Amino acid sequence: MKNNNFKGQVIPINRDNVDTDLIIPKQYLKSIKKSGFGPFLFDSLRYTSTATLDSTKIREEDKSFILNRNPFRNGNILVSKSNFGCGSSREHAVWAIQNFGINTVIAESFADIFSRNSYTNGLLLICLSNENISTIINNALSSDSYKIEIKLESNSIILPNGDDIIFDIDESYKDRILNSLDDIELTLRYKNEINSYENKMKSMKPWLFGNE
Amino acid sequence: MKNTLYDKIWEDHCIRKNDDNSSLIYIDRHLIHEVTSPQAFDGLDIKKRKIWNKNSILATTDHNVPTINRDKGITDPVSKVQIETLRDNCNKHSIELYDLGNIKQGIVHVIGPELGLTQPGMTLVCGDSHTSTHGALASLAFGIGTSDVEHVLATQCLNLTKEKNFNIIVKNKLKPFITSKDLILYIIGKIGTSGGTGFTIEYTGDGISCLSIESRMTICNMTIEAGAKSGLMSFDEKTHNYLKDREFLPNVKYYDQALKYWETLVSDKDAIFDRTEIFNAEDIEPQVSWGTSPEMVTSVDGAIPSSDKVSNKEEYENTLQYMGLQSGTDIKSISLDKIFIGSCTNSRIEDLREAAEVVKGEKVANNIKQAIVVPGSGLVKAQAESEGLDKIFTKAGFEWRDPGCSMCLGMNDDFLQPYERCASTSNRNFQGRQGDKGRTHLVSPSMAALAGIKGHFYNVREFMNEK
Ligand code: SF4
Repeated sequence: MKNNNFKGQVIPINRDNVDTDLIIPKQYLKSIKKSGFGPFLFDSLRYTSTATLDSTKIREEDKSFILNRNPFRNGNILVSKSNFGCGSSREHAVWAIQNFGINTVIAESFADIFSRNSYTNGLLLICLSNENISTIINNALSSDSYKIEIKLESNSIILPNGDDIIFDIDESYKDRILNSLDDIELTLRYKNEINSYENKMKSMKPWLFGNE
Repeated sequence: MKNTLYDKIWEDHCIRKNDDNSSLIYIDRHLIHEVTSPQAFDGLDIKKRKIWNKNSILATTDHNVPTINRDKGITDPVSKVQIETLRDNCNKHSIELYDLGNIKQGIVHVIGPELGLTQPGMTLVCGDSHTSTHGALASLAFGIGTSDVEHVLATQCLNLTKEKNFNIIVKNKLKPFITSKDLILYIIGKIGTSGGTGFTIEYTGDGISCLSIESRMTICNMTIEAGAKSGLMSFDEKTHNYLKDREFLPNVKYYDQALKYWETLVSDKDAIFDRTEIFNAEDIEPQVSWGTSPEMVTSVDGAIPSSDKVSNKEEYENTLQYMGLQSGTDIKSISLDKIFIGSCTNSRIEDLREAAEVVKGEKVANNIKQAIVVPGSGLVKAQAESEGLDKIFTKAGFEWRDPGCSMCLGMNDDFLQPYERCASTSNRNFQGRQGDKGRTHLVSPSMAALAGIKGHFYNVREFMNEK
């Protein structure tokens, strides 16, 4: 089920280069599931001690970290700066963000593989200018509650004071966010084309298809 | 003809252009490992989908595996489940797996080229960002997430949007004892960790063509740290010599035909690049990273830059606090706790030879708590042992381990304790990468080896000239 309610509290993460190791540390990549990563999002910043997937101890939260403070802990729109999602290709980073309840990430720029993984999982990513990002982050940090609304039909973000910010977004990305699509199903519609490409390559580059 | 190498490989693999900006691209080779594949196989099972071409796939265990006492098995129950899941999945789908105990087991980006599974002109993917490594053999290689792993398993294709072309030209030769690791760290320091975002980077120039294939792999490997998913280098005589006699190469029947194709894998003379940068290899001294992003790097003779050199003061302060360092501190005065020589960046035979040359006849300094050498694969390990490199390391006080990712990301038992400082030949100095609160300095193999001997950083060029 898709959650198309893009309205909610902003969670400001005021830094550049938020990498996927920071979003979800390696010890949780041992899971063989796609769910259950929410409690470990930003793990090293969120708790005063580390844990493992199978540990049951209750950990102390680091109150200075934004996700442990109200109203941010119930936020669903994460806002950060440039090169968000750099580093490892782990899709677990996207799963952790979604498992936590975040459905939109707004940043100055995103790393390529992270963008791709967000696309396949239907996590909405929006790029804004440095200026707009600073406005949102500063306001969110200084207000008791800072809720914004993303209107996908008009490519706009409505700020609490009524101002709006227009953003660019790829139409196929929008389509993806609004409709649950099965990528593999879509590709397999071209099964015949893949087969004929493969047959052509078997004569052009036979060495790629085994040495028999 | 004005095509880049990237344009050529892309066109060769384009099955159809989609209505949006993307194209359906055929994937020739798929490498898998235990960490990013379980959910993909699960997805196939749920939809009862079959694997398109199991012969295009090779699996290995690397991220999670112990590098010591392998006869005792895997003690961490969670890791064990993950590795057994890979075994089950490979069994069920008849996929070749190089598992613990097989001499061909190793880090996925080391074994691909070493076995000849990576070939020029191929499209190659793996659920791991350092797949860029394989571009050193003129193949278009990039990391993918788990959903895309599933997509390739089921369709042998991906719907991709073409990146832009970026040419990095390296002029002149590196000075003696300066390595391709120093070169790529230097480049990342200049263009930044998002400098390559949205591009495929092709490295050209005499500074690249004079390098060995293994050195070139180190550069392509860290291309992802410059923000680009793929790094590329053209096919040349060195590529050909490297590939000769590797296990999975085309057999004699097709070899000449393959070679003829490979020789076309260079950018046209007047190829058009969207961006070009030129670097002079002669400018480069041994590099040491000082912060928590690979772009935070300087020469070993330098010092931690002062805050007026950075744009984001808050982040700079946080970085120095995390690293336990002060502005203006000389790099050479930084002392270390641990030394890690390994990872898909620097665990091939030439890397180990380079480190051993420094270590020979020396002893690990007293302040070093642990120094480990982790070969990239079983074959690298065997080769090193046949050359006596293991003896050089162990005699000096280094531990000689079994192949795997090890302390590069510390998913197994090899990791840093909080606040420990490590000279590492790996690729990422992110917060917590090598262990919670651990402090990583990225360096070349000879620089890491030397830091182990001195107990602090030191210029390897000076040391070797004195030696
Ligand atoms: S050695 Fe490090 S970077 Fe390379 S594949 Fe393993 S974990 Fe990833």
